[in-house]
Amino acid sequence: MTTDMTSRTAAASPAAAPAASAAPAVRTGRRRARRSGALAVVPLLLFTAIAFGLPAAAMLDGAFSVRDPASGTASYGLGNLTASLQGAYLTALVGSVELSATSAVLAALLGLLLAQAIVTSPLRGLREAVLTASGVLANFGGVPLAFAFVATLGNSGVLTRELGLTDTGWNLYSFWGLVLVYLYFLVPLMVLTITPALDGLRTQWREAAQNNGATHRQYWQHVALPVLAPSLLGGLVLLFGSAFAAYATAAAMVGSSVPLVTLQIADAISGNVLIGQENVALALSLDMVLVAGLVMAVYLPLQRRSARWLA
Amino acid sequence: MARLTARPATASPWRALVLAAAALYFLVPLAASVVFTVDVPGQGLNLDAYTRILDTEGFLPSLLLSLELAAATIAVVLLLVVPATVALRLTAPKLRPVVEIVCALPLVVPPIAFVAGIGTVLKWGPEHLSRTPLFQTFVAVQNPDFPVVLVLAYAVMALPFAHRALDAGLRAVDVRTLVEAARSCGASLPHALLRAVLPNLRGALLSASFLTLALVLGEFTIAQLLGFRPFAVWIVNISGSQAQMSVAVSVMSLLVTWLLLLLLAGFGGGRRTPSPTTDRK
Repeated sequence: MTTDMTSRTAAASPAAAPAASAAPAVRTGRRRARRSGALAVVPLLLFTAIAFGLPAAAMLDGAFSVRDPASGTASYGLGNLTASLQGAYLTALVGSVELSATSAVLAALLGLLLAQAIVTSPLRGLREAVLTASGVLANFGGVPLAFAFVATLGNSGVLTRELGLTDTGWNLYSFWGLVLVYLYFLVPLMVLTITPALDGLRTQWREAAQNNGATHRQYWQHVALPVLAPSLLGGLVLLFGSAFAAYATAAAMVGSSVPLVTLQIADAISGNVLIGQENVALALSLDMVLVAGLVMAVYLPLQRRSARWLA
Repeated sequence: MARLTARPATASPWRALVLAAAALYFLVPLAASVVFTVDVPGQGLNLDAYTRILDTEGFLPSLLLSLELAAATIAVVLLLVVPATVALRLTAPKLRPVVEIVCALPLVVPPIAFVAGIGTVLKWGPEHLSRTPLFQTFVAVQNPDFPVVLVLAYAVMALPFAHRALDAGLRAVDVRTLVEAARSCGASLPHALLRAVLPNLRGALLSASFLTLALVLGEFTIAQLLGFRPFAVWIVNISGSQAQMSVAVSVMSLLVTWLLLLLLAGFGGGRRTPSPTTDRK
């Protein structure tokens, strides 16, 4: 390699006029820089190939490997995937979709209301405060969130005791309990997502609509909502994906009293179910990845589209 | 004309209602948590739950483990992402889409699915590789004193956020001109990168580090399912026997995390809010 390069430069230098020799030097310098630039990217790619690629490949391999119970031989097939879409697994998958969809829709509506409240508010400080708080609260998840709600509305929670909620049939460890908890990080996430879009609604558009005789309702129906639609939808799928992937909050709070796909996978991994179900857990994981991938495939183009109005 | 003036610019009742409801919903659980930890039924107010934290078994080891993991993860992430993003700006813009896709991929895989895959890979060790030198590697990465496998997993999960933070930071700096100016003044390329480019990225480096720190301190899913016991797993483990203390520790860890994120919002130039790390839930 080195000898080849030196011989090539040696062969090239007599041909080049001394005055022009600076140009090739710059060019080789640039080429070397380009190569070292590509080299700087290699560790990152290598790392993801191992730390991310191996588990992903293992998941795919396991999800499609079916072990024949009689002979014990493994072959590729769709057995695990079909099993992951049946019985308790299907119930969990549907439960997760229902929970995520309900929380996402509610959070999107409430987040939109809250964002509209701060965008139209004349108080500048309030807006900054709510946005900063949203940035912090959107990161609030997992175990501490679960415990905060258990302390508030759990069986011996402060509000449960003070208000005597147990007699009214209140139960935090249920579908609606989880929705209430998930809203705590989903609403701020929606506020962060939708505020730039609401800021993008120009006052001139409202004035133009009003000058043309449009009512408040007509303005929202024909001007504001169509402009907001990509951001709203994008926010909605983002919230859905966030709620769908959530595990720690639910695990620390409800155990397994609400059927969720993340809890099912965790059960199967920790060996709490029949031996040989590990591959079904991997198939369930693959189901989740497909849903999450779909969410991203919807979200990213929508985000790009909504960015047009904010320029 | 009447219609134009019909919309009052002052505070309207619906806005006050929305803000009040939001304040109630977001503040009550926090206030109630604090009350829960200091108000013992039948004993009145005391701060026992907080004063006992330090003496509780497992608190310091688990916290230290989390902090060590966080430090290692931050180092790994920065060492991987900083050279790559700087190089993309300087010399290899063609690789940009590749890096962007690679760094966004972890977002598509929920942590629970990721850990299912990791668990499968780790099982290959005893099953297929027990007679090869690779087996020792598999044992070493699972050392309970310092589980390297968690560092690898956390680094993957932090990639999207670190990449986004650094990319945004780099966009605000004209790296090429900076490097060229430094080199015209006689600096070598490494010198130019270290002394001219990196200081300009201080904000971005800090925000990438903070986001990673918050992610590692709060991470529960992967550590629990792989059987390790950092901070978040420890809190859940003690919650059964010491409910009050587990809430107290949660409140404390929240305050610390929020302080970090608020600092980050401050460093980010005030207007930018920290991008949400959606993978802790």
